[in-house]
Amino acid sequence: MAFVTANWNPLGEAFYRKIELYEMGWNLKDGLRECLVAAAPYGGPIALLKEPQRRSPSVRPQLEIYSSSGVAMASFPWKSGVVKQLGWTVCDDLLCIQEDGTVLIYDLFGNFKRHFSMGNEVGQSQVVEAKVFHSPYGTGVAIVTGASRFTLATNIDDLKLRRLPEVPGLQGAPTCWAVLTQDRQSKVLVATGADLFILDYTACTAVSPPGLSPQATSIVHMCVSFSYKYLALFTDSGHLWMGTANLKEKLSEVETKVRNPPKQMAWCRRPKSQQPSVVIMWDGHILVAGECKNTISYHLEGVSILVPELDGVRIINGTHHELLQEVPASCEEIFKIASMAPGALLLEAHKEYEKESQKADEYLREIKEQNLLGEAVKQCVEAAGHELEAETQKTLLRAASFGKCFLSNFPPEPFVSMCRDLRVLNAVRDYTVGIPLTHTQFKQMTVQVLIDRLVYRKLYPLAIEICRYLKTPEYQGVSRVLKHWACYVCLCITVWCVCLPQVKISLSLSPSLPLPQLLEFEPRSGEQVPLLLKMKRSQLALSKAIESGDTDLVYTVVTYLKNEMNRGDFFMTLRNQPVALSLYRQFCKHQEQDTLKDLFNQDDDHQELGNFYVKASYKEKRLEAQIGHLQSAVDEYNKAKNEFAAKATEEEMRLLRFQKKLEEEKGESLVGFSLHDTIRTLLAVGLHKHAEQLYKDFRVPDKRYWWLKLTALAEKEDWEEIEKFAKSKKSPIGYLPFVEICVKHHNKYEAKKYVSRVTPEQKVKAHLAVG
Amino acid sequence: MAAHLSYGRVNLNILREAARKELREFLDKCAGSKAIVWDEYLTGPFGLIAQYSLLKEHEVEKMFTLKGGRVPPADVKNIIFFVRPRLELMDIIAENVMSEDKLQPPREFHILFVPRRSLLCEQRLKEQGVLNSFTNIDEYILDLIPYDGDLLSMESESAFRECYLENDQTSLYHTAKGLMTLQALYGTIPQIFGKGECARHVANMMLRMKREFAGSQNQILPVFDTLLLLDRNVDLLTPLATQLTYEGLIDEIYGITNGYVKLPPEKFAQKKPGEGGKDLPTEPKKLQLNSAEELYAEIRDKNFNAVGAALSKKAKIISAAFEERHNAKTVGEIKQFVSQLPHMQAARNSLANHTSIAELIKDITSEFSSFSLLSLSHFLNYFCQVLPFSSRVTSEVFFDNLTVEQEFMTGVDTDKVNTYIEDCISRKDPLIKILRLVCMQSVCNNGLKQKVLDHYKREILQTYGYEHILTLNNLEKVGLLKPQTTTRNNYPTIRKTLKLWMEDANEQNPNDISYVYSGYAPLSVRLTQLLARPGWRSIEEVLKMLPGPHFEERQQLPTGLHKKRQQGENRTTLVFFLGGVTYAEIAALRFLSQMEDGGTEYVIATTKLINGTSWIKSLMDRPEAQIS
Repeated sequence: MAFVTANWNPLGEAFYRKIELYEMGWNLKDGLRECLVAAAPYGGPIALLKEPQRRSPSVRPQLEIYSSSGVAMASFPWKSGVVKQLGWTVCDDLLCIQEDGTVLIYDLFGNFKRHFSMGNEVGQSQVVEAKVFHSPYGTGVAIVTGASRFTLATNIDDLKLRRLPEVPGLQGAPTCWAVLTQDRQSKVLVATGADLFILDYTACTAVSPPGLSPQATSIVHMCVSFSYKYLALFTDSGHLWMGTANLKEKLSEVETKVRNPPKQMAWCRRPKSQQPSVVIMWDGHILVAGECKNTISYHLEGVSILVPELDGVRIINGTHHELLQEVPASCEEIFKIASMAPGALLLEAHKEYEKESQKADEYLREIKEQNLLGEAVKQCVEAAGHELEAETQKTLLRAASFGKCFLSNFPPEPFVSMCRDLRVLNAVRDYTVGIPLTHTQFKQMTVQVLIDRLVYRKLYPLAIEICRYLKTPEYQGVSRVLKHWACYVCLCITVWCVCLPQVKISLSLSPSLPLPQLLEFEPRSGEQVPLLLKMKRSQLALSKAIESGDTDLVYTVVTYLKNEMNRGDFFMTLRNQPVALSLYRQFCKHQEQDTLKDLFNQDDDHQELGNFYVKASYKEKRLEAQIGHLQSAVDEYNKAKNEFAAKATEEEMRLLRFQKKLEEEKGESLVGFSLHDTIRTLLAVGLHKHAEQLYKDFRVPDKRYWWLKLTALAEKEDWEEIEKFAKSKKSPIGYLPFVEICVKHHNKYEAKKYVSRVTPEQKVKAHLAVG
Repeated sequence: MAAHLSYGRVNLNILREAARKELREFLDKCAGSKAIVWDEYLTGPFGLIAQYSLLKEHEVEKMFTLKGGRVPPADVKNIIFFVRPRLELMDIIAENVMSEDKLQPPREFHILFVPRRSLLCEQRLKEQGVLNSFTNIDEYILDLIPYDGDLLSMESESAFRECYLENDQTSLYHTAKGLMTLQALYGTIPQIFGKGECARHVANMMLRMKREFAGSQNQILPVFDTLLLLDRNVDLLTPLATQLTYEGLIDEIYGITNGYVKLPPEKFAQKKPGEGGKDLPTEPKKLQLNSAEELYAEIRDKNFNAVGAALSKKAKIISAAFEERHNAKTVGEIKQFVSQLPHMQAARNSLANHTSIAELIKDITSEFSSFSLLSLSHFLNYFCQVLPFSSRVTSEVFFDNLTVEQEFMTGVDTDKVNTYIEDCISRKDPLIKILRLVCMQSVCNNGLKQKVLDHYKREILQTYGYEHILTLNNLEKVGLLKPQTTTRNNYPTIRKTLKLWMEDANEQNPNDISYVYSGYAPLSVRLTQLLARPGWRSIEEVLKMLPGPHFEERQQLPTGLHKKRQQGENRTTLVFFLGGVTYAEIAALRFLSQMEDGGTEYVIATTKLINGTSWIKSLMDRPEAQIS
């Protein structure tokens, strides 16, 4: 604890500290010498291209991607053209800008994604320098060609190339330049010698920074702050000018007494910072310059690069990864030597308390007397957030927790959420994950984005743990991660299956493959089933489709199976899946009648086969064919032990033959009529004998026959025949129908003849009818 | 336009608006003028969602019916097919697309599948080589269509046949999807009850779908407290019986399709002075029937015997209102009277229409109905023409039929061949009527003796033709007809336990749901009623006698959405009839909703509004019809 301030250096009002983040895990022979390096902000990945200028095809340069801790993520030989610049997009994709203006995009694992060009005219003049920048609209690319022309794309995902106007008097490469984002437009600031120009889409405007030291004859380096709000210029006289990016205000100017042009410069300013400051790097050392005349100087070992961040600058060299930042106010208050700030006192109080010393009370009393205990707790919590060492974090949080005990209504949320955040941050800062985020950065980037990044790095379990721990809503958190995970795993398997036929066989034979588990990640059957089909797990696909209840899906699998399998196997498969079978039957009913028959045959479903033949018989025009089908139906009905149907069908065959015969003899159209209608027609045309024959042959019940004959005769108005009929024997239907039917045909005279024979209980009705 | 949908306990207009919005969005996707080619089956259901005016606003200029050959010429940029996902239809569409005139300026094709797009159909289009001709292939999820303020229907004609005869559960899948849509709009339904195989299947799918969407939690305060899923085959009896409510009778006699009824025009001829009633209209009179019409909402669920009194009361009120004009003295009073005129005239027209309908029905049912229109006639002559009293015969037939039905339902002689049925067959009355009666006898006797069954079947085949052997087979498969397997008939037990027959049904001022069938209380509704109070546990024994499992599921609600019921606030239950529901059952449920101490209000959903006739018809097979 005593050494917290050991790495602090004062600069004006503030202190600066350099903290080691990682000892790099990579093993680079020559460090970063002769390398193109790009490190993504927010603790993102690092890309290295060794010896990019080497053009010999025999020894290709190697492109390597590492995490911030130097753990290798990808490595492959660079086979494309000469790369001028590497850069990362906001969503962790790698941009490789080639000399010919082509930009190739790779993902984090070195898989090629796509490419685009910065314009055709670049081809001849070639890219001299390129810069990748981030704006609210996404990631942009700016290049300057050998012909001194700038081209700019504000968002590479929605590519619109802007060719910027010429810079007067500029030949060859400019001394230095930078991209600014102002007024919702990306602009380029160019320096040629002592002249400064701002290039926007339409014009080139000369500008001059207010109060630039007159000794300078040329601006040799410039850099823009992380937020694009501030600008720093370095002149050949060794002066560093700092001001706002709109060049309206000067913040300070420092003389560095170094006249060499720096290798790199970066703003090192945290939000709510006390002073502007810039880190300048030369070979072997760096300087931190602020408002005051003094500067801080650090020695550097080997070739390094600076990575500007929201609240500091990361310095990466061949072996180490460090963070240089202004000491946050709360840390300063607490740890500054001899600080009497409430936070510092609380920390002291807690230390004494742990030592079981009564001094704890004295310290506490002192804070309480000033009524600053709340403030003290707040300071400790805040400072804990800014510390990277777990031990320091713990000490501060314990002190905060201790102080909280003496407060009655201190809101617990800041403390609780800080504890949670720190746990997450410590987890992702871990060497194996390698995302060295500060708390400020984390808050700026949000949990969602962090989870996205973890998912993108395929760190699914960690992502899920974090979601659960932070209680992120399910749909934003765990299930989203699971979805990606499942897709990824399925994709891998599909890739194997498609690419390697021999693997496919072993896959489908291997019961150990965790397919069922995979499927749990993909609950939507609509997505699941086609995938299973692709993997040739058709049986599983079928049962999954059935389970879903989506009949269209079942049909899809069934049609697939039908084409894939031989008929026997196909039928057997269906047999084990009744739902699929009945759906397929429906399909066949409309589309493939013959298959339907085969299906029934295979199942020995004689009843349905009988029905099938009955239906078939109605499709035939010729009588013999009809009877043939009906005979088959009879056989099937017999096999089905459906006596009634068999007998009824036999009767129908007899009837058809009878009708045919009579049709030929008498020329009366009869075939296809029901027995009832046949008899009625016969009676209507006076073929009483034949009617009688049918009545007897088909054992028509007396009652029905009487009704039938009576109606038929009445329709003919054959009153004589009716009377004869009435007298033939005792009517099984009584005589009221005789009365009624006569009345219906408006023959009251005939009706009266039967009134007397109506049974007593129906007499009234009969009389009423006659009127 | 559809205000009546918002009046109920649950505002179903939200659902309709959601459906309309989606339709508009699709139409706007196809920029420019368009013609719609309709799968004819869809026009009815679509009419309940959107009128032509809506389509017109979105540049629909022409409409055609889907048929083979070429799409008729129309100077439009887009041709949109509105179709069900059926393979037959895909072949027609392919033919349409291929025979498109190459000389004409090219027209863009689109398909809108209702209610769901289908891989199988797209595959068929691909085989036909036309899949790439379509700019948009989309689906229009139209499962549950708001039919009235408390009524949703899927208008799926063949749902019962598919589920129970063909074992094709497509419509159940759509049901489950529809219920998910409903829950997305009205909140997760915390409790699900069900009875029957299909109900179980739908509930399983719903729970599964909920898992699929896990994560996207529904944050809407639930409107429905309970969902009750009922299989139609749990209660096969009710639809077979003749409905005796006003709306039920209109449906039994004239058939209501998609909320419209077509009536014989004679009684609706407007008598205008000077015309002398010369040219009677020959086109059937088409009327829309729903609760938007105040009078209809009032009388539709009444037993027909109570309709007369209601109509005459209304007549007096309207008459009195018109008399008011004599009392209007001052300019202000006259002005007020005039301002009310449109409403009064609408009410008068409505009254005239329903008096005519009531008369039409009365002609057919008069022996049954004891009400007299005499008191009305004076008033009615004022508005409409009264036709001479029609034949006595039809009404007698109606009465006899009803008597036999009631005998069966009370269990009189259900085990013997019924002479009335025999007589009807002898007279060759409509086959469907015979089938309704025979099925009813079979259901009320828990199957018929083999001898009795064979006798009926033989009679039917001999009279109506052998081809009906297929229909009879179908009826046996779904259980409407069956041979008695055990000697024990459990129908009387069910009837007694559930009090399905009430001797003293009060038709005028009902105190029990049995008024809708003048004595018979529909089993399905009784189950619903008992579920609300005292719960199904009390009738466990009877439930076991009815086919299929009964079950209860609970759906977890996110914390904070648990409803805190106010004192005296009613529960809302959604009753879903899988395989169809009759108007009389709906009337019975509405009656329960209105009971003062009922404690539960019902919203009804179904695959299709049915009556005995349309239901049996859907189960018939006509092989000869396939030839032509």
